[in-house]
Amino acid sequence: MLNLYTRRRIINAASLSISVLAMLFGLFWLCWILITLLDHGLPALTPVVFEQMTPPPGSAGGLLNAIAGSLMMTLFGTLIGTPIGILAGTYLAEFGQRGWLAPVTRFINDVLLSAPSIVIGLFVYEVYVVKVKHFSGWAGTLALSILVIPVVIRTTENMLRLVPSTLREAAAALGAPQWKIISFVTLRAARAGIITGVLLAVARISGETAPLLFTALNNQFWSSNMDQPMANLPVVIFQFAMSPYADWQRLAWAGALLITLSVLTLNIVARVLFRQSAANH
Amino acid sequence: MNAEKTITPKLIVRDLNFYYGKDRALKDINLTIPEKMVTAFIGPSGCGKSTLLRAFNRMYQLYPKQKATGEILLDGENILDKKQDLNTLRAKIGMVFQKPTPFPMSIYDNIAFGAKLYEKFSRHDMDERVEWALKKAALWGEVKDKLKQSGTGLSGGQQQRLCIARAIAVKPQVLLLDEPTSALDPISTAHIEKLIDELKEDFTIVIVTHNMQQAARVSDYTAYMYLGDLIEFGDTSTVFTNPKRKETEDYITGRFG
Amino acid sequence: MPMFSLEARLKQQAVFDLLFRNLTRVSAFGVLALLAAIIFSLIVGSMPAIHAFGLGFLTSSDWDPVNDKFGALIPIIGTLVTSGIALLIAIPVSFGIAIFLTELSPRILRRPLGIAIELLAGIPSIIYGMWGLFIFAPLFADHIEPWINKHLGTLSYIGPFFSGPPMGIGMLAAGIILAIMVIPFIASVMRDVFDVVPTLLKESAYGLGATTWEVMWNVVLPYTKIGVVGGIMLGLGRALGETMAITFVIGNAHELSKSLLMPGNSISSALANEFTEAVGDLYTSALIELGLILFFITFIVLSLARYMLYKLGQREGQTA
Repeated sequence: MLNLYTRRRIINAASLSISVLAMLFGLFWLCWILITLLDHGLPALTPVVFEQMTPPPGSAGGLLNAIAGSLMMTLFGTLIGTPIGILAGTYLAEFGQRGWLAPVTRFINDVLLSAPSIVIGLFVYEVYVVKVKHFSGWAGTLALSILVIPVVIRTTENMLRLVPSTLREAAAALGAPQWKIISFVTLRAARAGIITGVLLAVARISGETAPLLFTALNNQFWSSNMDQPMANLPVVIFQFAMSPYADWQRLAWAGALLITLSVLTLNIVARVLFRQSAANH
Repeated sequence: MNAEKTITPKLIVRDLNFYYGKDRALKDINLTIPEKMVTAFIGPSGCGKSTLLRAFNRMYQLYPKQKATGEILLDGENILDKKQDLNTLRAKIGMVFQKPTPFPMSIYDNIAFGAKLYEKFSRHDMDERVEWALKKAALWGEVKDKLKQSGTGLSGGQQQRLCIARAIAVKPQVLLLDEPTSALDPISTAHIEKLIDELKEDFTIVIVTHNMQQAARVSDYTAYMYLGDLIEFGDTSTVFTNPKRKETEDYITGRFG
Repeated sequence: MPMFSLEARLKQQAVFDLLFRNLTRVSAFGVLALLAAIIFSLIVGSMPAIHAFGLGFLTSSDWDPVNDKFGALIPIIGTLVTSGIALLIAIPVSFGIAIFLTELSPRILRRPLGIAIELLAGIPSIIYGMWGLFIFAPLFADHIEPWINKHLGTLSYIGPFFSGPPMGIGMLAAGIILAIMVIPFIASVMRDVFDVVPTLLKESAYGLGATTWEVMWNVVLPYTKIGVVGGIMLGLGRALGETMAITFVIGNAHELSKSLLMPGNSISSALANEFTEAVGDLYTSALIELGLILFFITFIVLSLARYMLYKLGQREGQTA
């Protein structure tokens, strides 16, 4: 019969060991996935990948059109979503003290933030693809921009809230009109954090497959026409990985490695940027 | 203390009451701020001195639950009137805050920001105005070679002088200083106190300070406040050496506060 | 300066102020409009299917494109079961990770480990899917599933849930991969929530002689329980909507089976696999109705989660 004290110590030791195991468990999967990715992806990541288009099954090729398509749609999606996000985030932080619009918007924004991205793709399909009767790069861009908006709104609002009120008061004391206070002082002061938010949004949409499945679809050939179906990395990976062809699967791994590297790099850059500017103040 | 200067009223406060929601923070304040002199507001924490100061440039309008009733006359015009344009008011009454608040821009742009709100400046004119403001704030010598650098890179004392220069650049008539040296070291504090003495040639200055000795050093007139009431107002030497009210004497001699 | 130009300038500034404020307000409205548009368009798109199948859609396990008979039961069950498995695994593991990050880990390791977990959260789901299909599924089929079949498949009540051909794909595999995806997410939320517990509170418990585990279980967890539940529900919302991580391994089956080792289907996988090839208005509409159901489920879960986290934030504000 163990006395109470010893029993507590054992429970403590056991629980804490399990917690360490949990940590290792998490790290284990991270390492395994990354190693697999490198193992299969690196050999497949030859210069050819960047030089040739996606091939038909059974022949060699590259991912150039998919890479270009992803870059274009990500770029435009960010360009469309960011201004709307910053403006709405500014409203929430600077004008939202009174009335119902701000709390409701904040709540809805949080819901949209975690909403299934495939449903967003479905939505764009319904309102855009069906109306113009074909898939296109613009539809994909639209879907991506809808994913960008909630992320940017969230970070913009949080970063603006961090700006000390004395800074705003100092500008107001000089007699500056509110739009100038916000644009030249408050937004400027929150600049680094907002940029970080945008980078994180880009990282998020770079890896998204589901919203592109029924909007941009895919394109086997090179196309810089945004009004036509557009090749993109995630959907290509999906198609090639599920196929039984070895060359396609190889290319899928190369593409997967590319996407992961970009996403991780963006995440790290965003963090470093944010830490640096915080240190400067 | 300048006995030779004629005393003209610059700001007249009449029956001023101030409310944070339902709490009355200022009770029936009546007060005259003389022109081109330094007036200090002193009193223990929570007495309302900052509240009174911030009423002068209607800073409270930024916050929905704060309200003022009564009159404050600037050269005869009631600035609490709803029709009074806030921006014009703040062109005439400037403010410097407790913590230095340089804007996230270059030193030059910090100063230009306020001035540009009210006048159109050619490049040359703006350069002149920036130099004038920095010289008046006794900062020109230290920053003239790094005007393009960020304002946040200066030391605490320099940043506060930058904020003073920024407020002056607008050429206001009144300068409100809300505990301007409480975040600074003694040497920077001494610099700024000397600056205040020079600035009163051109501006009417009202300073809130929790440091009695500072009030005694820099001000011509002193107002002692307690829990929202104005207890005593008079020229500084009288208030400090021969106060009319017992409450004032208790505070000055350190019996409480 | 001439007063005239000053007045004109001030008027102009007032106009700009109004413009700016309304511009931001319109953007905020835009978010509301977006949600309304999504819900509206999903409902409109589902109309044909709603008319054809009514409420029976939710309970029917038909899925017959040839004869235009559809039912949502299989995808709904698949979505709920895989998410359930994922949470069952993820919650205790995340709790362990969060305890480690807040109480046990040496100071210097805290930041890098936290970052490692967040990086795990940032890996795109399609990577999980590929890894699941090529690496995990074969291993699962060769080593784990036979074990499950032998030891759990033969037990009396739960046996049927755990027996089936060891193909490596199926609901259990999908659930496990989903768990790995969701763990970093829930762990970060738990860690953030544990971090805001007032040190004074923990110190009082330690001061009474409580062990670390006792402090976590008896003081920190009850204090943060609203936030923890909120975080778990956020993870659930994520899991429900996840597409690519499970589409590769769930098997896209149209038959309902009791066993977790058999292939199944989830709403998002059904959409991903079949939408672009769906022929016929009713087929497409049935798929859209699936999307509507999914959106509805996640909306409720996420709203509950936000509400709980909001309540926690309120309480923090009061005690702060």
